[in-house]
Amino acid sequence: MKRTIIPFGPQHPVLPEPLVLDLILEDERVVDAVPTIGYIHRGLEMMVERVEYTEMGFVAERICGICSFMHGMGYCVSLEAIMNVEVPERARWLRIIWAEISRVQSHLLWLGLGADAFGFENLFMHCWRMREEILDIFEKTTGGRIIHSVNRIGGVKRDVSDAELAAIVVKLEELGKAFEKTANVFGKDPSIRHRLSGVGVLSADDARAVDAVGPMARASGVVMDTRLSGTYGYDQVDFEPVTETAGDCLARVVVRMREVQQSIGLVRQAVEKMPKGEGMPLENKPRGNPVGETYTRLEQPRGEVLYYVKANGTKNLERFRARTPTFANIPAMIKLVRGCDLADVPNIILTIDPCISCTER
Amino acid sequence: MSFFSKSPWILHYDASSCNGCDIEVLACLTPLYDVERFGVVNTGNPKHADILLITGSVNERNIDIIENLYRQMPDPKVVVAVGACACSGGIFARAYNIQGGIDKVLPVDVYVPGCAARPESIIDGVIKGIGALEMKRKKSA
Repeated sequence: MKRTIIPFGPQHPVLPEPLVLDLILEDERVVDAVPTIGYIHRGLEMMVERVEYTEMGFVAERICGICSFMHGMGYCVSLEAIMNVEVPERARWLRIIWAEISRVQSHLLWLGLGADAFGFENLFMHCWRMREEILDIFEKTTGGRIIHSVNRIGGVKRDVSDAELAAIVVKLEELGKAFEKTANVFGKDPSIRHRLSGVGVLSADDARAVDAVGPMARASGVVMDTRLSGTYGYDQVDFEPVTETAGDCLARVVVRMREVQQSIGLVRQAVEKMPKGEGMPLENKPRGNPVGETYTRLEQPRGEVLYYVKANGTKNLERFRARTPTFANIPAMIKLVRGCDLADVPNIILTIDPCISCTER
Repeated sequence: MSFFSKSPWILHYDASSCNGCDIEVLACLTPLYDVERFGVVNTGNPKHADILLITGSVNERNIDIIENLYRQMPDPKVVVAVGACACSGGIFARAYNIQGGIDKVLPVDVYVPGCAARPESIIDGVIKGIGALEMKRKKSA
């Protein structure tokens, strides 16, 4: 049969980001997809040669504007490991709180974009309306909507008062209740079910074989969550990783929906368990220049992220490397796109929650 | 300006932004800011667009894409550079693959500052872009 090649991106209405795929079709069926990269490559990792390690955290935050808090945290945690800096307890809890709130933010954003991709614009608007409430919390506590810059090597820059934290928990729980209504639409609406269930099925074995991470792997029934390792204070909160078994687009939606509620619960736990009081230490400033190397793993909204940092005792790091979750999920995406209908391509691409600016940096 | 002679349609392209400004551009469309009440529609087709909204800076790979998108838009047209990166390269100005702001390749009419640019300032930039569009239309008529 004659093959047709349809270019997807770099400018495409379904994704604001320049993802580029050449879709090779036979009739309506995609037989292969060839990704091209580089449209958003900035050379961020090499900037360590030009930017001092104390300032690099702000650059690391701009790997991606959606999980900016987590990228800043990952960089600071790596440097803390190299320089043997102990993070004050309250600062560690604040990091967990902000990290989980940014997970809620990211998932709401994604659920909206997903709804837009399958043509449910009303749902897109509702998800983003709720997301604005989360951004209000961020703006109040960190000063920024998208880029927060509260992480420092050795702690955090700002404190959030106990009264404010209690108010945040109340606000988040109200949001969680309101979200249940929206979640019902995602889970029960027959047209959504018809559009997403059975589309782009990734079996648990395949997910392991292509090394899928995060909600992508969990939707296929693979229990995999870096938070389970208990690092950075996650050993002091109770949670069960959210898993689904179907492995299709709908399962990936459901996993993220349940994770919104899970993260709200984690914020509540963190606020209950953290040490209370005003004027507690938030930052242990590191001394001298870092020497050594380290690996750091964090669970971002999109999955496991891995940082490698190597320092040689000068002001500039020798190497900074980030393996981001979308990079790990692209093989799974290519596997799913092969053999699907052309009309399902936007949904499949969207359900891996692609973040191209993370991937290409 | 008391009324618009035309509903301005927007084409958004993410040049090499970190997603921060792109998400804020999308946030302009959602209920809190809702620019669609001014007739501003986000279109995916450059041939329907009046205003090119670019986030992020120019790199080796996307330079042709940016020029191509601009060429496909009908006259008169306006370019709005959103965010520090689009204005000057921003925090990434020192990165090896970044050539600088959008004005390296296109004539930029409105610069919107901020990292990330806030939705309010993006809306302000678009409104200023509409003014520039009106001027260009009068000139060409």
